[in-house]
Amino acid sequence: MYKKLQRTLLIALLATLPAAANAELNVFACEPEWAALARELGGDLVEAYSATTALQDPHYIQARPSLIAKVRQADLVICSGAQLEIGWLPALLQKANNRNVMPGTAGYMEASSYVLRLNATTDLDRAKGDIHPQGNPHIQTNPHNIAVVARVLSDRLQEIDQVNSTYYDEYFEKFITSWNEAVIEWEERAVDLVGRRAIAHHRSWVYLFDWLGIEEVANLEAIPGLPPTAAHLGKLTSEFSAGGADVIIRAPYQHAKPSEWLSERTGITAIVLPLTVGGTEEATDLYSLFDDILARLNGTINDD
Amino acid sequence: MRTVFLPSAILALAFFTPAVSQAQDDDIDALRAAVAEMRADYDSRIAELERRLAVAEQNAAQASYSAQQSTIAAAPSTGAPSSASNPAIGVVFQGQARQTDASGGEEEEGYLLGETEVIMQANVDDKFRAWLTAAIALEDGESVIEIEESWVEATALPAGFGARFGRFASGIGYLNDKHSHQWDFADQPLPYKAFLDGRYFDGGLQMRWLAPTDLYMELGGEVLQGEGSGSGLESSSLFANVGGDVGINNSWLAGGSYLEIDDSTSVSVAHFLWKWAPQGNWRQKNFVFQTEYLERRDAVTDKGWYAQAVFQPFQRWRFGVRADELDLDSDSNDPSRWTLMMDWSNSEFSRFRLQVARDDDGTDTSNEWALQYIHSIGAHGAHEF
Repeated sequence: MYKKLQRTLLIALLATLPAAANAELNVFACEPEWAALARELGGDLVEAYSATTALQDPHYIQARPSLIAKVRQADLVICSGAQLEIGWLPALLQKANNRNVMPGTAGYMEASSYVLRLNATTDLDRAKGDIHPQGNPHIQTNPHNIAVVARVLSDRLQEIDQVNSTYYDEYFEKFITSWNEAVIEWEERAVDLVGRRAIAHHRSWVYLFDWLGIEEVANLEAIPGLPPTAAHLGKLTSEFSAGGADVIIRAPYQHAKPSEWLSERTGITAIVLPLTVGGTEEATDLYSLFDDILARLNGTINDD
Repeated sequence: MRTVFLPSAILALAFFTPAVSQAQDDDIDALRAAVAEMRADYDSRIAELERRLAVAEQNAAQASYSAQQSTIAAAPSTGAPSSASNPAIGVVFQGQARQTDASGGEEEEGYLLGETEVIMQANVDDKFRAWLTAAIALEDGESVIEIEESWVEATALPAGFGARFGRFASGIGYLNDKHSHQWDFADQPLPYKAFLDGRYFDGGLQMRWLAPTDLYMELGGEVLQGEGSGSGLESSSLFANVGGDVGINNSWLAGGSYLEIDDSTSVSVAHFLWKWAPQGNWRQKNFVFQTEYLERRDAVTDKGWYAQAVFQPFQRWRFGVRADELDLDSDSNDPSRWTLMMDWSNSEFSRFRLQVARDDDGTDTSNEWALQYIHSIGAHGAHEF
C-alpha cells in the first residue's frame, strides 16, 4: 500500500514538470489596479493576474488553493501593502514555496511603500477597529500615486527581466507621458469638486479626497472595519439632516443599505464609486477608472 | 514684435477697407484664413507650453512625493504580521462551559478553561522562518505549558519545495494542522478524537512540493520520531492535496493522506472541502461544506467519518451542523452524534459559540451543551484555506 502510493505520487510529480517552462513574466497582483498597471508597463511580455476583483473586499479574502497555485508560478508579486492583505497574503506566500517572490526579494513589492501614506498612526489599540499602523492602504485613488508606483514597478520588471529592460523602459515612457496628460485633464474637470464635503462608508477614499480637495466629514463605519451601527447612523442623520455634506460614497463591495438609509433621511445623494479597475462597467482600465470617478462625482454636483 | 504687428495690421485692413472688387475679396479671404491659421498656431503653441509646464509641475509633485517617502521606502513594510514587532506575538484565549445529561460520562463538566495558546513567529533571516505555539493549560489544578509546535521552515528552497523541521502538527488530513481556535465547532469530530488523539503532533522533518500549475497540487511527506521510545523515526506520512476554483463564487480542496504511526498502526485520511461566497466576497455571506473519512488499522480496522456544513447568512453570525460517526471493529457499539452550532463574532478577533450535541454511544443517547469563547490579541497570522 505504502510503496504503491509512493510510486503513484512520484508519477504524478513527474507528469507536472513540463508545465514549469513559460516565457512570459507572470505578475501576481493582489488588487486589479496593480494588474492593470503591470499590463500598461509590461505590454506583451507580462501576463498579469489579479487575486481579487473590484467587487471583493481586499481586506477579507480566503487564501484559496487557486491563489497559492498562482503565487507559485509568479515572477513578481505586487500588492497595496500597509497590511491591507495581512489576512491572506502571508498564508499564500507561506504555502506557495516560491523563493523568488518572498518579501525582501526583487519579486515582491508593496505599492504603498513608495507613496506618502495618509492616516498613519502609532496608536495600535484594536478597540478602535481595523488599524493599519502603516497608514491607509487604499492609495490607488490618487493618480499621482499610480505614477510613482509605475516607476518602481517598471524598475522591478527591468530588474527581474534584464534582457528586455529597454522594452520596459519604452513602455514606461509611453505610459507616463499619456498618464500625466490625463491627470491634467482630470484636474481640470475636477475644479468644481474642491471644498465639497463627503461622507464615506469606509476610509477608502482619503487619497482621492486629498487629491481633489474634497473634505471627508464623516464615515458610515463608527469603527473602521466594523459594520455601521444603527446608533452611529442615527447620529449622522441628525448631524447632516440640515445639510453639511454633498455626497455619500461607498465602494461596490460595501453594503448598500447604510448609505441608502442615510440618503433617504438626509436627502444627500448616495453614490457608488469604483475603488479600482472593474468596479463599474465604465472603469475598464486605469484611465477609465478615473474618468468614471470624476464623471460620477461631477454628476452628483450637477444634480444639485 | 514684427509677427505681432503684422496680423494686427492685416486685421485693421480687413475690417476697415470695404470690399471693392471680387479679386480684392478673394485676397481678403485668403488673408483672413492666414490670420486664423496663425492664431490657431499660436493657440496650440501656447497650449503646448501650458501642457509642458503642467507636466513639469506634475513631475515635480511626484518627485516630492517620492522624496517624502524615501525614509519609508528604505524600510518597506513586509506585510508580515511581525512587522510591528519582532517576533510577532499573539495570544489566543479559549474557554468553555459544558453541561451534559449523560450518566457517568467521561467528559468533563462545568467551566473549563481551555488552552491559552501563545504563538510567536517571525522570519529568522532571508532563508528561514520559525514558529512556536505554546499551549498553557490547567490540568488537575496544575499549570502546564505544553510545546504544541516548535518548528523552523526553509523559505528559500528552489523548484517549489518547502521544508519544515522540529515539532509540528502533521500535514495529514484537513483538520489535523488547524489550531483549535480555527475549528468551526467547540470540539473535534469523533474520528479525530478516537484515532489521532485530537491532532497528531510529532517531531521530525516535513517536505512539501507544489506543482507549477494553475490547478493547486501539493505533495508532501514526513519522517517523524513516532510515539515509541525506541530508536526514533518510526513514523512517516505521505499526503497529497488538490484544489481550485469553480467560477468566482466557489472553491474546493481535496486530499488523501497516509500516516504510519509505527510498524503495526496506520491511519488513512481522505478529505474534501467546498467553500462558497457570493462574488468570492467572504466577509458578508459564505458557506462551507467539509467532510473527512478516517481509517485506523492495527490489529483491527476502525473507520470513522464526519461531515459538516457552516453557513454565514450575514456578517458576524454563523450557523453549523455536523454529523460524525465511528464504525469500530473492536466494539459492537458504534458511537454517532449530531451537533448544532451557532456563533457570533464581534470582529475577526472575538467569537462566542453555542453548541448542542446529541450523542449516541451505541446504547444510550445524551445531550451536551457547550458555550465557548475564543478571543485573540496581538499579531495573528493569516489563516489557511
